[in-house]
Amino acid sequence: MNFDMSPYGAYIWPAYGISALLLGGFTLWSWIRWRQAKAKLARLETKK
Amino acid sequence: MSPFATLLLRDVKLAARSGGSAALALSFFALVATLMPLGIGADLRLLARVAAGVLWVGAVLAALLSLDRLFQGDYEDGSLDLIALSPLALELTALAKIAAHWFSTGLPLTLLSPLLALMFNLPPTPTLVLFFSLLIGTPAVSAIGAIGASLTLSLKRGGLILPLLILPLLAPAVIFGAGAVSATMDGLGGQGALELLAAFSAAAVLLSPFAAAASVRLNLGG
Amino acid sequence: MNWLFRYANPHEFMRLSGAILPFMVIATALAFAVGLYLGFSVPPDYQQGTTVTLMFIHVPADVVAEMAYGVMAVCSLFSLVWRHPLSDTAARAAAPLGAIFTALGIVTGALWGKPMWGTYWAWDPRLTSFLLLLFLYFGYMALWNAIEDETRAARAAAILALVGVVNIPIIKFSVDWWNTLHQGESIVSGKIAPVYLAPLLIMMLAYVLLFFTLWMVRIRTAILERRATALMQRGAP
Repeated sequence: MNFDMSPYGAYIWPAYGISALLLGGFTLWSWIRWRQAKAKLARLETKK
Repeated sequence: MSPFATLLLRDVKLAARSGGSAALALSFFALVATLMPLGIGADLRLLARVAAGVLWVGAVLAALLSLDRLFQGDYEDGSLDLIALSPLALELTALAKIAAHWFSTGLPLTLLSPLLALMFNLPPTPTLVLFFSLLIGTPAVSAIGAIGASLTLSLKRGGLILPLLILPLLAPAVIFGAGAVSATMDGLGGQGALELLAAFSAAAVLLSPFAAAASVRLNLGG
Repeated sequence: MNWLFRYANPHEFMRLSGAILPFMVIATALAFAVGLYLGFSVPPDYQQGTTVTLMFIHVPADVVAEMAYGVMAVCSLFSLVWRHPLSDTAARAAAPLGAIFTALGIVTGALWGKPMWGTYWAWDPRLTSFLLLLFLYFGYMALWNAIEDETRAARAAAILALVGVVNIPIIKFSVDWWNTLHQGESIVSGKIAPVYLAPLLIMMLAYVLLFFTLWMVRIRTAILERRATALMQRGAP
């Protein structure tokens, strides 16, 4: 693989970085919300 | 007089009274046209170049001002329920309201535009094109605006998100309207743009009443 | 149509989606791995140099941004016409995803534009259309949040989505027309050299799979949240 992006590195890496950040972040966030919803439902169901 | 005409006339009269939406729209339009050069500078050649865009956006925003009240007044005092129950189809009611809105805002704005174009040093022929572009394009603003108004009619502060909902949808009108004037100034002729604008307006006026009526129904709990 | 309504039952949906999800996660991860590997192994373009690597994350973002709106529109149609119960949830779940991919398309497009045209924003017709698309997403999400009654909000948002989907081709056409009038710049022209096709297609697959995976997770989350709300309301004295 070739990682030498000169002379455009200053544009390419931020682009990949933001993509990774936003997509990865949203994936993580979605997963966290799923876990929270599951936990809350489990708590409510055991209380019944 | 037909129920359609009755509704239309009533709404136009309401808007035309002093302090009503017609006066508000005209004042706003004139103010925008006054403030813009204060922001841009008095370079007359530059003003002539930006006139079409500034005036078109100004007209759209001015027409927007009264849109959130399009259905709300009748909704709040219960008359919208009665209107919905009347033999006049809700789609025609929506069309009547769109027409009333245009007569009381779009049309006056169009009539004022040549005067404002003068302030921007726009030459006569482009001014004529601007006039016609607004004449043809402002019905689309009223029509698409009515969709936004009906979707937000149950909201107390619906006026805040209404521009967000409909301004992107109005981009083609601004593009073709101001584009007709630009094309004229560049010697390319604005006819193509005006034709595209006419098609857009026609489609908007024909189809919007259906979306607006559906939205009114759902807000009335139908 | 009936098979579709079988999975309208939230329990059925949870069962089916729960079974599929692990495979989707694996497929997504694989596609990204292969796509990125290939993407970074290609030679620089004779015209664009190494910036061609931006195509592998810009074009897929754009494609998914538009696809997401299409998904929202289809769900909205099901919601309004056939009153399919899960459609509202599904449509709402797609919106923030669509907005993020749209924003990514704009950002990567701007970063691609700088080395190509010397400026981040040159009113390229695609970027401009996508900026308008972003506002359409914001409007849709705002409408959902503004109307308190959930059923009304769902139907209002559905109408808005359908109005939007009719307008999007018109908006794109008008922006393209505007661009030719003002002779602006444009990022991606027609032909793509074959060597770039494989990474591009695989990255597109990766982005699409990621969308559907996240969408499914969000719908499942929404279903659980609704069950929790229902339990809390029943338990209230």
